[in-house]
Amino acid sequence: MELRGITKRFPGVVANHDIDITIHRGTVHALVGENGAGKSTLMKILYGMQKPDEGTISIDGDQVSFHSPADAIARNIGMVHQHFMLADNLTVLENVVLGGEKLHGIGGKARAEIIKISDRYGLGVRPDVLVEDLGVADRQRVEILKVLYRGARTLILDEPTAVLVPQEVDALFDNLRELKAEGLTVIFISHKLGEVLSVADDITVIRRGTTVASVVPGETTPKQLAELMVGSELPSPQTRESTVTDVEMLKVDGLRLSTADAEGVERTVLDEVSLTIRKGEVLGIAGVEGNGQAELVEAIMGMRDPDGGTITLDGVDISHRPTRARREDGIGYIPEDRHRHGLLLEAPLWENRILGHVTEKPNAKGRLLDLKAARADTARIVAEYDVRTPGIEVTAASLSGGNQQKLIVGREMSHHPKLLIAAHPTRGVDVGAQAQIWDQIRAARREGLAVLLISADLDELIGLSDGLRVMYRGRLVADADPATITPEELGSAMTGAASGHLTHSDSDTAADSEPRPSQEGESE
Amino acid sequence: MKKLDKNKLILGIAAPVLAIVAALLITSVIILATGKDPLHAYAVMADFGSKSDSQVWIINKAVPYYLSALAVAIGFRMNLFNIGVDGQYRIAAFFAAVVGGALTLPGFLQIPLIILVAMLVGSVWAGIAGVLKTTRGVSEVITTIMLNAIAAAVIGYFLQDGRLAVKDGNLFHTPNLPASSHFFTIPTQPAPLDGFLVIAVVVGFAYWFVLNRTRFGFDLRTVGQSESAAEAGGVSVKRMIVTSMLLSGGAAGLIGMPTLLGTSYNYGTDFPIGIGFTGIAIALLGRNHPVGMAVAALLWGFLERTGTQLEFEDYQQEIVGVMQGVIVLCVVVAYELVRRYGLRLQQRQVGEELAAQARKTEKAEVSA
Repeated sequence: MELRGITKRFPGVVANHDIDITIHRGTVHALVGENGAGKSTLMKILYGMQKPDEGTISIDGDQVSFHSPADAIARNIGMVHQHFMLADNLTVLENVVLGGEKLHGIGGKARAEIIKISDRYGLGVRPDVLVEDLGVADRQRVEILKVLYRGARTLILDEPTAVLVPQEVDALFDNLRELKAEGLTVIFISHKLGEVLSVADDITVIRRGTTVASVVPGETTPKQLAELMVGSELPSPQTRESTVTDVEMLKVDGLRLSTADAEGVERTVLDEVSLTIRKGEVLGIAGVEGNGQAELVEAIMGMRDPDGGTITLDGVDISHRPTRARREDGIGYIPEDRHRHGLLLEAPLWENRILGHVTEKPNAKGRLLDLKAARADTARIVAEYDVRTPGIEVTAASLSGGNQQKLIVGREMSHHPKLLIAAHPTRGVDVGAQAQIWDQIRAARREGLAVLLISADLDELIGLSDGLRVMYRGRLVADADPATITPEELGSAMTGAASGHLTHSDSDTAADSEPRPSQEGESE
Repeated sequence: MKKLDKNKLILGIAAPVLAIVAALLITSVIILATGKDPLHAYAVMADFGSKSDSQVWIINKAVPYYLSALAVAIGFRMNLFNIGVDGQYRIAAFFAAVVGGALTLPGFLQIPLIILVAMLVGSVWAGIAGVLKTTRGVSEVITTIMLNAIAAAVIGYFLQDGRLAVKDGNLFHTPNLPASSHFFTIPTQPAPLDGFLVIAVVVGFAYWFVLNRTRFGFDLRTVGQSESAAEAGGVSVKRMIVTSMLLSGGAAGLIGMPTLLGTSYNYGTDFPIGIGFTGIAIALLGRNHPVGMAVAALLWGFLERTGTQLEFEDYQQEIVGVMQGVIVLCVVVAYELVRRYGLRLQQRQVGEELAAQARKTEKAEVSA
């Protein structure tokens, strides 16, 4: 497959221009680039969801033009989206045949075909299980099978590892190698460079919407790749010194919370959670998503009222205080989902600067808003936190993810919090912004800020935290010392396999070469 | 930055212009289909509508429309659809009329008292929907519609001889207000303007000021734009829902006042109905903007006034209703189109500007 001179003038932050890629049959081809570099747009063009304005796509020498995904499927191209498109209340079989009923029917023949494909590529899919009973990794395999079932010979995987723990990533890569061995082509989008290097045969780097380099994994290092991605040399690693004091800032004691799920069944989501964060300490919470991290954050923020236990901030019991009072008391919040919880997408930047701090200076004078001061302060944040925007009157929606996040970080830091809750602070953020956000968290920690860090990026957790706790099914089941633990060891504790104090075993030395956030962009 | 602002202004005007032009075209086609000349119809309307007695009529008609639109808009800004403004203003006007008819106080006490009763009753009626939404999760659309029917039934029950009403010919109405409760008028020729115009302007200004200049208004708009972001930002969404329903109902309570205090002086079976629904159309047309809604209310009055004249020219009078419907439809469609286009345009401009900046710095690095 060849792409030549693909240009897309797209109503977004980055358009594609002059993209040239050659993908060989039977290889795993990785596309890497910062968030917002144009990877997703390119994939949409490849899959027929967008039409390029210029340039050509040819497959096996034939020039093709896709008007819809159906055209792409007809040319045996399939896509596994980042967010799974499965119906939870149907079985695997039903999900696979849905929309492809004409291929092998919906009965025994289809089941046989699914089992055949599953065995052939070692996917281990059970056709009669309900999708809702499957874990993330299994769901992903169902998605892959769905694509193969429709006869795909070229698979596009959009950030497939974002939702997986390290062990699951390894399993996925084994599957990909199986596919490759059978002569299929895999296009793999990622910005985790370590993974890309371990699985890809060819790597194409995209920056600001265009291809800047094609490299072979054997001839490059994560650092070089990261530099290609951001287009400049990365800051050098920085040594860590502990800034932990013995003043307790946040104390959570025996916190319990249960909620009713969709079927009305009471479920315990937080079970006797106790933790202490001192001034100048970053406490990292590791865990597979959905094990109570989000609920813990919401309980501390006051968005959920705990059923039992206490939350103490700086010596004051805030267990049942309203969210606004907690914010005024000095909790800064970088939410997990910034579009839902951190921004008003269609409001201008200066209104977003007021959001969450409407009662505080400089946004308000008494009960009235102080628009002039709020605007001036927004301009300051934009300058100080390097938010790339033409002005403060543009809507938040028109900024890229990284710049939105920098605005949020700037806003929260501007109120000098005592405690910062950072939930996935660098998710969907490009390498440059990521390094800045880490620097800001480190700087604030030096000044005595207590930080509760929740992240799915284990390198980030290990690199930033002074202490680590592992959360599993609503409980803190294990703790670890970030100075010695490896992502693999942490990963196995996240699946519930280990508990108590985790210690590093020396047999696992390969992990020591894993990049850490303290070495800046390498982990991206 | 200037460029963006200019675009914003052009887009802001583009939507209503686009809508009116589209509505005129569609209406013309409809009039043509009935075998009449649309241009002549427009000429008749323009001519009749610009007469001075028409102008006074239109302004007086627009006052309650405008108040109604404000009541609806308070909900809209919160993402609440208070479809029950109609029931709220009617039951509010009814009880205000009952209280006003029973008392004889000096005007400076009696008039504020009547208005206060109306606002309170309107608030309570709308508040029921707010409380049901926050405690039981019932959609305010459903409850307010039901409350409209309940309001009509309650009024029907009390508006009978021997209960709270007196019989007057074929009609029942509440006892007349004493002369002290008659609202002032602004002397103009050929007919006086309703003094409630002043109240409408004041309420319109208050609406703008509270929403755009106060912490409370910011919270309210935040909830309207993103409930989840508001919650995370420390706004109590539930309390906000109840508060805004109370405010919306309070504003709704004012709708019946120009009629009660200015022309009818009682609440009878012939009290105007349906202004609450007109308010929805006007709020949509005026984009919840205090000035936009004023223009829309006047346009509505104009259409109603001139529609009657069309009959004399042998047009169907219903054509005005068609026009109103078409305008609202066109406005809703046009605003959504322009909003999406504007958002995309801005994203592209921001992208381009940043790309241009990036190129510049890159070049600078290369040359250095």
